[in-house]
Formats: sequence, structure tokens, C-alpha cells
Amino acid sequence: MSIWNFSYAVLGLLLAPLLPGITNRTKAVFAGRHGQPLLQTYYDLAKLLRKGAVYSRTTSWVFRLAPPGGLACLVVALFLVPAGDFAAPLAFPGDLILLAYLLGLMRFMTVCAALDTGSSFEGMGASREVQFSALTEPALILGLAALAYATGSFSLSGIFGGVTRPDWLQVGPALVLVAAALLIVFLAENSRIPVDDPNTHLELTMIHEVMILDYSGPDLAFILYGASLKLWLLGALLVNIFLPLTGRSGPLQIACLVAGMFVVAVVTGVIESVMARLSLLKVPQLLVGAAALSVLGFVLMLRYAL
Amino acid sequence: MTPILTALAIWLATGVLCLAFAKRPRLVQVIGPAGAVLGSLPALFAASRALLCGSVWTLHLPWPLPGANFVIGMDAISAFFTLPIVLICALAAIYGREYLRPYEGRKALGTSWCMFNLLAASMLLVVLARNGVLFLLAWEAMSLSSFFLVMFEGEKTEVRRAGWTYLVATHIGTAFLLVMFVLLGQPTGSLDFDGFGRIAGTPALASLAFVLAVVGFGTKAGFMPLHVWLPEAHPAAPSHVSAVMSGVMIKTGIYGLLRTLLWLGPPPLWWGYLLVAIGVVSGVLGVLFALAQHDLKRLLAYHSVENIGIIVLGLGIGLIGLGSHHPLVAALGFAGGLLHVVNHAIFKSLLFMGAGSVLHATGSRELDQLGGLLKSMPSTGATFLAGAAAISGLPPLNGFVSEFLIYFAAFGLLGASGIPVVLAALAAIVSLALIGGLAAACFTKAFGTIFLGEARSSQAEHAHEAGPCMRAPPILLAALCLTIGVTAPFVIGVLKPVVNQLAGTTDLGDWTGAAALPLAVVACVGVGLLALFCILAAVRAMLPARRMTNEAVTWDCGYIAPTPRMQYTASSFADPLTRFFGAVLGTHRKFSGPRGFFPDSASYSTETPDMSRERLYKPVFIAVERAMSKFRWIQHGRLNLYILYIVLTLLALLTWKLGKS
Repeated sequence: MSIWNFSYAVLGLLLAPLLPGITNRTKAVFAGRHGQPLLQTYYDLAKLLRKGAVYSRTTSWVFRLAPPGGLACLVVALFLVPAGDFAAPLAFPGDLILLAYLLGLMRFMTVCAALDTGSSFEGMGASREVQFSALTEPALILGLAALAYATGSFSLSGIFGGVTRPDWLQVGPALVLVAAALLIVFLAENSRIPVDDPNTHLELTMIHEVMILDYSGPDLAFILYGASLKLWLLGALLVNIFLPLTGRSGPLQIACLVAGMFVVAVVTGVIESVMARLSLLKVPQLLVGAAALSVLGFVLMLRYAL
Repeated sequence: MTPILTALAIWLATGVLCLAFAKRPRLVQVIGPAGAVLGSLPALFAASRALLCGSVWTLHLPWPLPGANFVIGMDAISAFFTLPIVLICALAAIYGREYLRPYEGRKALGTSWCMFNLLAASMLLVVLARNGVLFLLAWEAMSLSSFFLVMFEGEKTEVRRAGWTYLVATHIGTAFLLVMFVLLGQPTGSLDFDGFGRIAGTPALASLAFVLAVVGFGTKAGFMPLHVWLPEAHPAAPSHVSAVMSGVMIKTGIYGLLRTLLWLGPPPLWWGYLLVAIGVVSGVLGVLFALAQHDLKRLLAYHSVENIGIIVLGLGIGLIGLGSHHPLVAALGFAGGLLHVVNHAIFKSLLFMGAGSVLHATGSRELDQLGGLLKSMPSTGATFLAGAAAISGLPPLNGFVSEFLIYFAAFGLLGASGIPVVLAALAAIVSLALIGGLAAACFTKAFGTIFLGEARSSQAEHAHEAGPCMRAPPILLAALCLTIGVTAPFVIGVLKPVVNQLAGTTDLGDWTGAAALPLAVVACVGVGLLALFCILAAVRAMLPARRMTNEAVTWDCGYIAPTPRMQYTASSFADPLTRFFGAVLGTHRKFSGPRGFFPDSASYSTETPDMSRERLYKPVFIAVERAMSKFRWIQHGRLNLYILYIVLTLLALLTWKLGKS
């Protein structure tokens, strides 16, 4: 275990708030606007952390404990994600399940906190969140299972360390299908277009933003920071598939992966600029489609193995 | 063996005493629970000694009954299933003492406690019996005592209907078991368990016995579609009884299945496929139907079906592992399934106790009538939350550990050769993921509507916390959920002898070693997660030390007079999911909207009847009834003709016998 094993997670803790900035800048460029500063999320976090807070009288301790709880889940999950050749600090066989369930635990807390406010807006958001996540989770685990099958490893580090250039040459189409599924999971889990719109706060169409409507001050800062970490976390899975860098030197790998993260942020911005949010009734179809893509990828790999 | 006999004696004696003092409810309320707790102590001792020190024994007692021997024995599997039985029975008895207090003088508490202790004794006897007749007698005693417990409020129509459904279902199951035991006893002509292994020599008969066991034991365990009695009987029973029935009694079905597998020799692959299919169907449909319910105890009952599905999924993967020569997969699958047996016993009884406390405090099981109870019932609410997180399989609690082991086993099968094996593993993985997401949805719904937000009715507004006897057992169970979650690597050591016994002659190798590393990391991550959470919460608490913290109303979007009734309800929360899976659920929606310029009323209600009850059993039972009604002319109520039937039958038998000799 060297410093490079930890570097990606630590860089994530530092650089994650940059990702929303890049996405927003990309969207601004598409819209012909000047846009926010790249570091806007850092400014927001600094401002919110210095503020007081307003709590609803309806809420209980569940509401107050959810933000630190959610953040703790994400920070721990960050240390499960490998970087190229370098196994994650907490890598072990089966860590992909732990990753999925840590995200589940975080969601459980967010949803409970949303219901704690007793508002029908938050209730509506929570209801949609659990519906969509119940469909996203199989897609995520199936996608990872397909990769696990292809690489014969049951750990994220083994899987992504095992996706090499020869793999891309042999089972490229299957990998593309799985990557597409993971991209949909990435967009859905991070409440981006086409599943959710991070910009709307008070319309009947949104999901994640409405669940956190009653948070303010440092609690909101925890949530915003957590959202950035989640972008980094799931983005890292995508980047790791697309950059089979095995065998290169440590600094080069890490630099490429971080650059890859920025590309993912740009791609997110492009997707958000060129397409509209799907109607809510269509979202489940998209998510089931993601699971179907994973299955298809799996079947292709199965054929290849024979 | 003395402790076990002591436990049985205490349970039976206190049961009889309860019946004798039935006229004095106060006394019965002391004898009953005290007997249940006292009886469980020696049994707990015997079971832990068998599991930890490997003390295995059998006891033969003379019993003048043809074909029967009073043989009981203790081995790893029996000991493992004894643990949850004694633990949950003791805690439920403590809880039940206070739960039943309002019924003192109004209900036959003597009978109820007698049946409770009898149920505990018969469950213990079921897992210890080593003779077919003894087993079936204990099985029947278990079914009947739980039937009487369900009928506690027999004056209500729905309770009587539930009890009737349960009685019919359990006896249909027992009929299959009867055939199975006859089949197993055929080669040796004895019903002692020792000789049953002979059937392994004829694979066709072994397969037949396996199917009979799946149906017979599956009815008790609640395999879909044999589960119809569960969602009826669990809500009808008093809550401490639901905790025992759902937590441990249905597990005797799993025990029976495992015990049968020991006799049937090396399993062919299709047994594993069958169990995985049952697991997938029970798991996914169980949680979907749970999601559509708005009666809390009915919801929990469907979750028992789901969790039985997860257990069977683990066992099925284990069987496939044995059949396809993957010893590690087999060990992990069995270990996951077995651990889930204990885990489910813990969190499900915890949740049923929570439901009982809510019912006690508000008089309602209807989710949409509750709300905001966390403030008036802090202890019940917190423990219910722990149980909800555990049953959703979230780390760092115990539900995650067992589901993790099953995932681990299924991922191990992905590397196997043979498309069907890989597809079965894939099906297990997908359904576990789906079940996890849906269970989380269902329990955020249950916890959120009952304990969070504002009270939706005046009963919920004036709720009060339960007394100490009703608070302590759930706290202990919640602590157990966390303990098992963070001590997973040690727990697996306890499972080792049980799993090795299940594998039979197959050498599993050092499977605990292979599972130790992942489980150790899972446990460390769990502890780390808790530590980090505490640090972040402390940081958060220190941040605004000198800053303003205001209290206000929930952001209402400019609407001036929101009322608690405008909150999202359980039904509205689950509606997107129940509509998405509408084709399976078949939810009936009744809606009458506001009409005219001055609308005065509007109503909306949903009901999700059980699919297999409606579409499978109802037509069958109606057809049977129709066919049988053709013979009604035989039964006309005239006694003299009945006597004539008897005489004619006797004459016919006599003639037949004479003709033969």
C-alpha cells in the first residue's frame, strides 16, 4: 500500500466541489452565458458553514442527524474506489456490494429526514427517490456483476485493475453497454438531467432538491459537499472503465484519472444542455433500460467466455 | 440433556398452572411470563454449549406408542435453531406481560399464557425430535397452540377468518409431511431419524421426498405461493405472539427443510434451482405486496415472506454450490441463509413489538392514521428505526452481513462453468438488489408515516410511550442487531459447525478463513462509519455555538393554513411503485372525486388483496366446494341413517375380511 492508493480518495475530498462548477460552466458556455465561477461550490460551502440554521418545529433528531450521517457514508465509500492499478485503501472481495449499500444507507437517511418535515413537497420527493433508486440499484449491481464476471474478481479494485486494453479489444461492445448503464446510474443517482433537474427547487418535477428543501446553514453545506462527493464517487467508476492505464507510473495514472473526472463533469454538462428532463413516467423506463443494458453486456461477455 | 428436559418441564408445568389459575388473571400474568423466561434459560445454556463446545447427544426414553420412540437429540443444527427460539420467546413473554395487561379480567389470559408456553415447548421439541411420530406430534402441538394464540380475540370476524385460514393451511402442509415421513421410513420400517438416510440410495425417491418437504415445510415457512395464511394470521394475533410466530415459528419450516436435506444425500442441481426460484419469487413478491399494504402488521407479515425468500435464496445458492462442486460457494450460501434466520428473528420480532407498542398507544394499525410518534414514543421510535434499517439490509447492522454472504456466494458462482448455474446466480444477485431497494422504500414508508411528521389523527396526537417491560426487549434486540453487524467475523465462527454439518460428506475446506477477511473489513468499515458519523455530528453541533438557530414552521410554499392531513401518506408515498408494479399487485382503487360547484365529499381508498389467494386458491376451493356439494345428499342430519351407514360399513369390512381369510 503506497501513497498512491490513498491519493485518489484524498483528491476526491479536496477536488469534488470543483465538478459541479465545471458542469455549470459547460452549461453556461452552451447557453452563451458567462456563468458562475468554477469555484462557486467552494464559496457556497464556506458561506453556508458560517451561517446559523433554521429548523422546522415538526422535525426531530432524525432530521438533524441525517446530514452528518449521509456525509459519513460517502466519505467511507470514497475509500472503496480504486484508481487504475492502485487498489482502494479499503479494497476487499465484495466491496462493490458495500459501496451500493452505503449509498443505500445514505438514501435511507435522506428520505427519513425528508419525511420528518411533514411537508407534502418533501414527501413527494422522497416517494420518487425511493422509486427510482429501487430501480437504479439493480442496474448498478448488475453492471458491476458483468464487470466482475469479465475480470473474475469480486472487488472494485480487482475489477478496474483488470479492465485492460486487450479487454477493450475483445469485449469492447459489452464494456460499452455496461459503461452506458453505469452512466445512466451516475446521472440518476446524482439527480441530473434526464432523471432530475438540479436547478429546480420548487416545482412539482424535482426529486432530490425538494427533499432537502428545509435544510439551511451548515446542514445544507454538509449535503452540498456530500452531493459533490457522490459525483466524484460514481464518476470514478466510469473513468476507471474508460481509462485502462494498468502498468503506467503512479503520477501519470492519477493525473489521467483526475482529468477523466473533469471530462465526466463536462459530459454531464453537455448532456444537461442538449436534452430536457424526461417526463416522470418515462424515468422508470430509462432505469429499467439501464438494467437491461447491463444484462445485455453480461450476456455478450458470457458468449465471449465460451 | 438435563437442561433441555428442565426447560420442557418448566414450560409445560407453568402452562398447566396458568390453566389451573385461569380465574386469577394477576397471578397468571406472573406465572406465564416467568415460566417462559425461566424455561428458556436452561435451553439457552444447552444450545450454546452444543454450538460452542460441540457437545452432541441423543436421549431415548420409553414410549408405549406403536411406531414411535421418544428420541430427542442435540446437534449443531438443532442447537442453532434453538437459540432464536429461546431468545425471542423469553423477550416476547416479558413484552407480552405488559401488552396483555389491558385485557386482564376481560379475556382468558390463563389459556393464552398456557398456549404461549406450550408453543415454546413444542417449537423446542420440533427442533430436537429424532423420531417421525414425535416430530409430527410436536409439529401439530405447535400449530394448534399458535392457532389458539391467534384466536385470542376470536369474537372479531376477521380474527376468526384468519384463524380458520391458518388452521386449514397448516394442516394441508402437515398432510404433505405425513406422506414424506412414510416415504422416508419405508426402507427401514422405522420412523426413527437414524434410518432415514437410506433413501439417498434411490435418487428418484429422494427427489420426491424433497418436493414433499418443500411443500410441507414451505407452507409453514411461508414460501410464495404457500404463504396465504401469513398475512392473515400475523395481524390477527396479539403482537407478542406475532413476534414469536413471525420471528421464530416460521423458521421451524426452514429447520425441517434443512433436516430433510441431511437425509437425502448429495443434491442434484435442480433442487438448488428450485429453491433459488422460490427465493426470488417469495422475496420480490413479498416485498412488493408489503409495499402495497397500509396495515402495519400486515406489512410486516409480507416482509416475513420476503425474508424467508432471502433465506431460501441463500440455501438454494448453497445447494447449487454443492451440486456444481464449489465448496466455498456452498458454505457461504448456507452461512448467509442460516445467519439470516437468526437476523430475521431478531429484527422482525423487534418490529412486531414496535408495532404492538404503537397499537397499544394509539389503538390503530392503520399507517395513514398515525404520524409524529417519535416525539411521544422516543424509545419505541428509535428501536423501530434500528429494526427498519436492519431489515433493509443496511450496514453496519446485521441484515447487511447475511445478505452480503449470500451476494458473496452468488458472485462466486458467476465464475462457474455452465450457463444455467451462472444465470441462477445472476437471478439471485438481481433479485437481492431489487429486494434491497424495495425494502428500503417500504421501511422508510412505514417509519416515516408512523413516527415522523405530524400526527394525522387525534389518537396519534395523544399517544404515550409504552411501559418499561415493553421498551426493554426492543432495546435489547436493537443492540443485538448492531452487535451482530460489527462482530461478523466472530459470528461466522459460531456458524461453522452448522454449515459443515449441512454439507454432509463434502469437505468445505477452510471456508471461514476465506470469509473472514471481507467480513472483518465490513465490520471495521461499520465501526469506522459510526466513528466518522459521531465526529461529523460533533463538528456539526459545535459549529453554530454562538450563532442563531431558529425554529419555524416547515416551508409551506406560501400556503397559509396547512394541516397535518395534507402530509404525504403511506399510500401516496408508495403509489408510484405500486402503480409501476400494478400488473403483479392488482391493487383495487376506489375513487369518488368532488363533484359539482359545492363539492361536499370525496374519497379515495386502495386495497391490495393477496394475489395467490384471489387467483389461485379461491378458484380451487370454490371448485372443490362445488364438486363436494354433489354429495350433500349423504349428509342430511338424520341420525338413524348415519347409524345405518356405520353398520353397513362394518358389514362390508367384515365381509371383506372373511373373504380374504
